[in-house]
Amino acid sequence: MATRLASVPVAETYKVHARLDGVTRIYPPRAGHGEVHALGPLSLDLRAGEFLSVVGPSGCGKSTLLDVLAGLAVPSAGTVEFEGKRVLGEVPDGVGVVFQEDASFPWLSVEDNVAFGLRRAGMDAAETRRRVDFAVGFMGLKDFRRAYPSQLSGGMRQRVCIARTLVLQPRLILLDEPFGALDQQTRLLMGDELLRLWRETGATVLLITHALDEANLLSDRIGVMAARPGRFIDIVGTGWPRDRDSRLAERPDFGAVTARLWSYLRGESLKALQGSSPPLGGEAR
Amino acid sequence: MISKATIIRTVVLVGAVAALEVACRTGAIQPALVIAPSAMVKALAETLQSDDFGGHVQQTLSAVAIAMTLAIVGGFAIGFVLHWIPFLRRAFNPFLAAYYAIPHFAFYPLLIVIFGLGPAPLIVLATLFAMVAMIVATMAGLDRVPRVLLKTARIHRLSLMQEIWRIRLPAAAPHILSGLKLAVAYSFIGVIAGEFILSTSGIGHEIAYAYDNFDNPRMYALILFVLGIVTTFNMLVWTWERRLARRRGMAS
Repeated sequence: MATRLASVPVAETYKVHARLDGVTRIYPPRAGHGEVHALGPLSLDLRAGEFLSVVGPSGCGKSTLLDVLAGLAVPSAGTVEFEGKRVLGEVPDGVGVVFQEDASFPWLSVEDNVAFGLRRAGMDAAETRRRVDFAVGFMGLKDFRRAYPSQLSGGMRQRVCIARTLVLQPRLILLDEPFGALDQQTRLLMGDELLRLWRETGATVLLITHALDEANLLSDRIGVMAARPGRFIDIVGTGWPRDRDSRLAERPDFGAVTARLWSYLRGESLKALQGSSPPLGGEAR
Repeated sequence: MISKATIIRTVVLVGAVAALEVACRTGAIQPALVIAPSAMVKALAETLQSDDFGGHVQQTLSAVAIAMTLAIVGGFAIGFVLHWIPFLRRAFNPFLAAYYAIPHFAFYPLLIVIFGLGPAPLIVLATLFAMVAMIVATMAGLDRVPRVLLKTARIHRLSLMQEIWRIRLPAAAPHILSGLKLAVAYSFIGVIAGEFILSTSGIGHEIAYAYDNFDNPRMYALILFVLGIVTTFNMLVWTWERRLARRRGMAS
């Protein structure tokens, strides 16, 4: 029996897989600064099975957007839906999240890390083993099954975290700058693996990144965000073929997309840079 | 293959003992001050065979064991509660910060008044002395659990108990373990030092008694004995810690 990664062929079931509608996120005033309007109002239809990246200047609320979509943060206004159901302060079944920070459990071996979610969900041992075997193989961790995170490089630990998400067969995968801490070469290779994962699972992927090339290469669409409050300036469609990989960067029209992203972001990044001197939430001049 | 560090350590230790032995035997150090290491070992062999010795050892070690257990269990529980309830923590933080500036042993007479003669005041003293190290280490460990691991717990929809048991405690374990090591050491110090000051039995008292009677062989024999016990116990804890670290793949 062939092991499949995704349990539901997402694109056949839903058209809009997840939806943000008029979402804002406002942090209450605290000592040192007033109310911080971090996000929105912002709306987004995440199409089923697409690979969408979100780029934007530092502090534009990209991570807040992901937290709200994942159900890790509650929006101050607006609604979040996943597969037609409201997301309310809890991570819905079928959503997997990978963070930039190392989230591997140092006290568990690689295989126990990967099996973590399945064991918590009460999956039987045989099926757990089958899925772990598959995910460990898929992420190239076969020779490190019994290793501990402290024995692995940053890139390998991130693979462990991705594998741990993968075994749960998520239909929507949210990635918060997962390669942000890795070197450029590793990033490129991990990007290719991410594309392979996306193709083979058929899942919808939302990737937060600050690397324009990376967003360009990986995505069907790229949401460009402006800072304070974070909202979309534009959503750029790339039209790349589904079976793309990092060699896409050699195409002449590849550079044009990156240039377009940069033309949007140059002004925003300058604003973010100049606005970074007063405390968070200070009035922009 | 013996490491360089091991060689240096052994040379220093053996050299110091040998130098003391020579200094004592040639009369450079008076026997009324320090006796030769070989004489200490001989005296220890005799002391171990004396009738009342076992009773003193048993009394001291059982007091240490009780204080240690109370300090570790109580310290962990208190540290956990203080971590969990911020306003309690804010209320008690100054006490914790100033705690080891207090000369605990000055309160021993008071403890005797409260708890009477016998092992109780000693156990209370040693527990008080050891527990705060455990409280502080437990809080430090729980404070330092990376936020991303707690987010991961939420993604896996863990219950509060699962989150504590599966994420917070294992993540905090290295800190908690170092608090445990301190609590063990402080329990020994608390009990033996307490026996020194105001006790009628126990190893600490026996050392003080031998000192008062110029019974140098017995005094040094007992000091050697205490050293041996504490070192052995420390080695046990250390080995256990190493095994835990190796399970996490962090053995050096």
